[in-house]
Amino acid sequence: MSTTIAEPARSGAGTPEAGPPPRPARLAAWLAAALAAWTGLYLVIEPAAGFVTHRLLGLPADTHVGSAVAFFLFEAPKVLLLLVLVVFGVGVVRSFFTPERTRAILSGRRESVGNVLAALLGVVTPFCSCSAVPLFLGFVEVGIPLGVTLSFLVSAPMVNEVALVLLFGLFGWKVAGLYLVTGLGIAIASGFVLGRLRLERWVEGWVYESMRQGAGYEAERLGFAGRVAKGVESVREVVGKVWPYVLAGIAVGAFIHGYVPEGLMAGIMGKQSWWSVPLAVVVGVPMYSNAAGIIPVVQALLGKGAALGTVLAFMMSVIGLSLPEMIILRKVLRPPLIATFVAVVATGILAVGFLFNAVL
Amino acid sequence: MRIQILGTGCAKCRQLTANAEQAVRELGVEVAVEKVEDVREIVKFHVLSTPALVVDGAVRSTGRVLAPAAIKELLGR
Repeated sequence: MSTTIAEPARSGAGTPEAGPPPRPARLAAWLAAALAAWTGLYLVIEPAAGFVTHRLLGLPADTHVGSAVAFFLFEAPKVLLLLVLVVFGVGVVRSFFTPERTRAILSGRRESVGNVLAALLGVVTPFCSCSAVPLFLGFVEVGIPLGVTLSFLVSAPMVNEVALVLLFGLFGWKVAGLYLVTGLGIAIASGFVLGRLRLERWVEGWVYESMRQGAGYEAERLGFAGRVAKGVESVREVVGKVWPYVLAGIAVGAFIHGYVPEGLMAGIMGKQSWWSVPLAVVVGVPMYSNAAGIIPVVQALLGKGAALGTVLAFMMSVIGLSLPEMIILRKVLRPPLIATFVAVVATGILAVGFLFNAVL
Repeated sequence: MRIQILGTGCAKCRQLTANAEQAVRELGVEVAVEKVEDVREIVKFHVLSTPALVVDGAVRSTGRVLAPAAIKELLGR
């Protein structure tokens, strides 16, 4: 977040709801204090969870209930704190990458370089699947190749900060890193392949007809205070929406941690059964959920011994490909293109699932 | 004055419409908040993200749910 501190504040550039913008120096002091408080809280969680469980509640660590309660009291505040920090940081970063700026960066790029950039920008550009159509049209309008646009549309929902924080908090940096790298890989590769297939004829005719250069919307210029306000806004919006799912996921994890013997699911979804990956994708594609909603299920599957590749494939197909998004995209893309899009992305997810099950 | 909300009917679009209606009520002006839900109409405004707020044909905000107070300030200017 050092970029936010370095950003020179422009006078009078607060967001509409912020009123007169606070002085940058004072705001920076507030941020430093908040970060210090955050760090203090983060450090105190583990001893506090142990103290509450073992001293206050009198639950010994070697019992089922004691181990489940300690797990919940440690993990729940930890993951929520991580989520607040990262969502704030990403909210600030995103104020630099409006969809308009992302479009400007991507326009005029060749394929390949364009696919890589589009996938990376998909992570940091704010995106909601209900905006998929205006965004698609806006990209095509300035001549961004179809394959590059599709790389963006794969990466934006699938690789996002909430998914990464939850995976990091609950399963460690290796799982989160694998998800980030393979998610980007799928977005780049499937966009590249789709671009090579020359699918432009399956885009609805009116899309190219209605193309005209027009003065688009110019986003307001934000100062330091405006960007901080964006960060706060995204914390309120995102964390406010996902916290019940996060708590549910950790409760499931705590229950498994305390009670369920390892390996219960290993027979069905373990490495030995090759068909578990395709099954996970077939079940996952029509399902629609945000990253936080799917975490309880992921937690339960992994806890009971399902293989990591299978579970990641399931998570990617649920949040990356969804029926509602396809129905929205149907307004601009004809069915053969949608079918090819789903098939190519699903193939990428399958490959990732098999790869992890093979190497881990 | 003409106020339009661009959006395909997601939860955020409904919230922005409700906030705009509240802002209009609080300002005490007689103006209806129009919803534009047809994609072909939405793209004519060249917005990349919805919900968007359009005042007298000019796009004033995209991709975020403005609070009623913020909308009042926009309309007041």
